[in-house]
Amino acid sequence: MQTYDLAAEGLRGLNEALQAQTAQTNETAWEVVNPRGSHAIAVGLDAPIEVQVKGSTGYYCAGMNQQATVHVTGSVGPGVAENMMSGTVVVEGDASQYAGATGHGGLLVIKGNASSRCGISMKGIDIVVHGNVGHMSAFMGQAGHLVVCGDAGDALGDSIYEAKLFVRGSVKSLGADCIEKEMRPEHLEKLADLLERAGSDAKPEEFRRYGSARQLYNFDIDNAY
Amino acid sequence: MAKDNAHAPRTPPRFSATFTPDVNAEIRRAAATGIYDIRGGGAKRRVPHFDDLVFLGASMSRYPLEGYRERCDTSVTLGTRFAKKPIELKIPITIAGMSFGALSAQAKEALGRGASAAGTSTTTGDGGMTKEERGESKTLVYQYLPSRYGMNPVDLRKADAIEVVVGQGAKPGGGGMLLGQKISDRVAEMRTLPKGIDQRSACRHPDWTGPDDLEIKILELREITAWEKPIYVKVGAARPYFDTTLAVKAGADVVVIDGMQGGTAATQDVFIEHVGIPTLACIREAVQALQDLGMHREVQLIVSGGIRSGADAAKALALGADAVSIGTAAMIAIGDNDPKWEDEYQKLGSTAGAYDDWHEGRDPAGISTQDPELSKRLDPVEAGRRLRNYLKVMTLEVQTLARACGKNHVHNLEPEDLAALTMEAAAMAKVPLAGTAWYPGMPGQGF
Repeated sequence: MQTYDLAAEGLRGLNEALQAQTAQTNETAWEVVNPRGSHAIAVGLDAPIEVQVKGSTGYYCAGMNQQATVHVTGSVGPGVAENMMSGTVVVEGDASQYAGATGHGGLLVIKGNASSRCGISMKGIDIVVHGNVGHMSAFMGQAGHLVVCGDAGDALGDSIYEAKLFVRGSVKSLGADCIEKEMRPEHLEKLADLLERAGSDAKPEEFRRYGSARQLYNFDIDNAY
Repeated sequence: MAKDNAHAPRTPPRFSATFTPDVNAEIRRAAATGIYDIRGGGAKRRVPHFDDLVFLGASMSRYPLEGYRERCDTSVTLGTRFAKKPIELKIPITIAGMSFGALSAQAKEALGRGASAAGTSTTTGDGGMTKEERGESKTLVYQYLPSRYGMNPVDLRKADAIEVVVGQGAKPGGGGMLLGQKISDRVAEMRTLPKGIDQRSACRHPDWTGPDDLEIKILELREITAWEKPIYVKVGAARPYFDTTLAVKAGADVVVIDGMQGGTAATQDVFIEHVGIPTLACIREAVQALQDLGMHREVQLIVSGGIRSGADAAKALALGADAVSIGTAAMIAIGDNDPKWEDEYQKLGSTAGAYDDWHEGRDPAGISTQDPELSKRLDPVEAGRRLRNYLKVMTLEVQTLARACGKNHVHNLEPEDLAALTMEAAAMAKVPLAGTAWYPGMPGQGF
C-alpha cells in the first residue's frame, strides 16, 4: 500500500505518480490522505490500480478515469468521474453537480445523494445512486444507464437520446422527450447486475424505466414551442 | 368622357429600403415553411472590417525595410504562460476549428497537410480527433467543447494544445446542430449517437459554469496532460474586455476571440447576423484587457472571423493580436464555392460564392459533406498544396506590409501604423481617422 499525504506533498506529485502506473505495476494499492476538498484528485489514470481517497474531494475527482478503481470515503464536489472511460469510482458520501458528466464507460457508484445534472450528456457510463438525484439529471444522455434508488428531481432525462434511466422512487417531472417505458426482462437483468455491482440491495422489480420518446431526433419547428 | 391616362407620367416602381427583395423573399420562405433559416458560414452583412483601415507606411519619420531582402520574422510562440511545451509556429496564421462531421475526412486531412507544410497549426472541432487529421497535422489543437463528442484522454494527450471553446463568433451563446444527413456511420460512432439523427451541440459546458469553475476545469486538464499543453480559451466576440480578463483569470495560456464574421457549420441565420460584434471591434478591447493585467504577449491573443488576406492579418497584428486564425478562407482555398461546380450549385438553388447550405451535406466540392462520392472529389494532397500556397501568399503579404512600416518582426506592427477610413472603424480600432489625429472615444476628447 502506497500512502500519499496530499496536504504535504501536493497535487502534481500525486497525479504524476498515479498516472505513471502501467498495467504491469506492482504498486496497485494507493491511499490518499488529507485530501481536504482538493480539486482534480486522481485524474487521468490509466492502469488497473486501486486508489482510496480518505476524506472528501473538490471538483473533478477521478476525471477521465480509465481502468482504475477510485474509492472516496467522504463526499465529492462537482464533476466526479467526468468523462470516465472505464474503471470504477465509488463515493461513500454525497456528490455535487454533474456527477459522471459525459462519461463514456465504467461504473460510478454514489452511496449518498447526487445533486443536479447527474449523468449529464452521459455517453456510455453506468451510474448507480443509492439516494436521490437532483434536477436535470441525465440531460441529453446519449448512452449508458442511470440507476436512482431514491427519488429524481425535476426534468429528468430532458432531451435524452439513448441513455436508459431506472428510478425506484418518485420522479418530480420528466424533461422534454423523456417518457416512461416498458420494463422488459433484459432491463431487469441489466438492472440486477448494476445493483449488485453497486452494492445495493434494492430489487429490480421496484424500479421504473425511462427513456427517449425519440420525438426530438429530427429538427422540427413544432419542437421549438 | 373618361380621361386617357395611358401616356401620363407615372411614379416609377420604388423598392423599400426596409422591405428589400431579400427581406421579402425571406418572409415568403418563412411563411411557406414555418422553419427558420439554417445555414453555414458567418455574418454576410456589411460590417466595419479591416478594409476600413489602411497602413500608413514609411515616410519622413519612419524608415522602411527593403521589401525582398531584409529579414522580417513571422514566427510566433503560443502558450508561454504555463505550458511546459509551448507551440512554435513559423507563421502567425493558424487554421481554426472545424469538425469532422461538418467537414469530410478528406477536407480535414487537406487542412492538416496545408497547415503543416506552411509551418502552422490546425484545429479539431466538435466530434473529436480523426486519425487522418492527427496524422497529417504537425501541430494539432484539440478542441474541448460543450458536447464532448469524441472526447477522450488518449486523444487529449496526443494533442499539441487544448482549446476550451466557450463560444464562437457566429453564435455567441448558441449551440450547434449537425443535421442527420451528415451523420454517417463513422460520425455517429465517434459521437456515440444513432446514425441519421440531428445532433445537437450544447451551448454551454456540462460540468462547469463561469470563470471560477473554468479555472478548476483548466487545472484538471493540465493535471491530465502533465502541464505540457498550452490551454486556449476561445470566446465569441461579445464582451471582449471582460471575456479576455476572465479567461486570463481562469488560467488561459492563449485567448482566442472570434468575431461575428467567423463561420459555423450550421446555425440559424438570425443568430449569425444578429448576435455578436464584428472582429474589428474586439481586438483593442481584448488587448487593453491583457495590458491592464500586465499580460499582453505573455498570454497570447488569437483573432479570427473574416480574415481573408495578409492585409487583414497584418492589421489584426498591428492592433495587438499575436496571431490570426482562418476557417472560411481556408475552405475556399481548398475548393469551397469554386465556380467550376457552378452547374451543381445551381441545382441546389445556389451559386458559386453564395453556397452556404453546408449543413445539408451536399457540397459539390466534397468539403462540407459526408457523402462518400462527393468527398472523393477532394484530393487531400492537392487541396493541402493549395492551402499551403494560400498561407504562403498571406505570409508574404504580411511581411510586405510590415517591412513598409519598418518592422523586422510582424509583431512589431502597432496601432500607430494604421489609419481608419471611416468613423466606425476609427472608433472600433481606436486609430485616428485618416488625415486627422482623432478617433471617436479618444481619451481626453470629452466624448
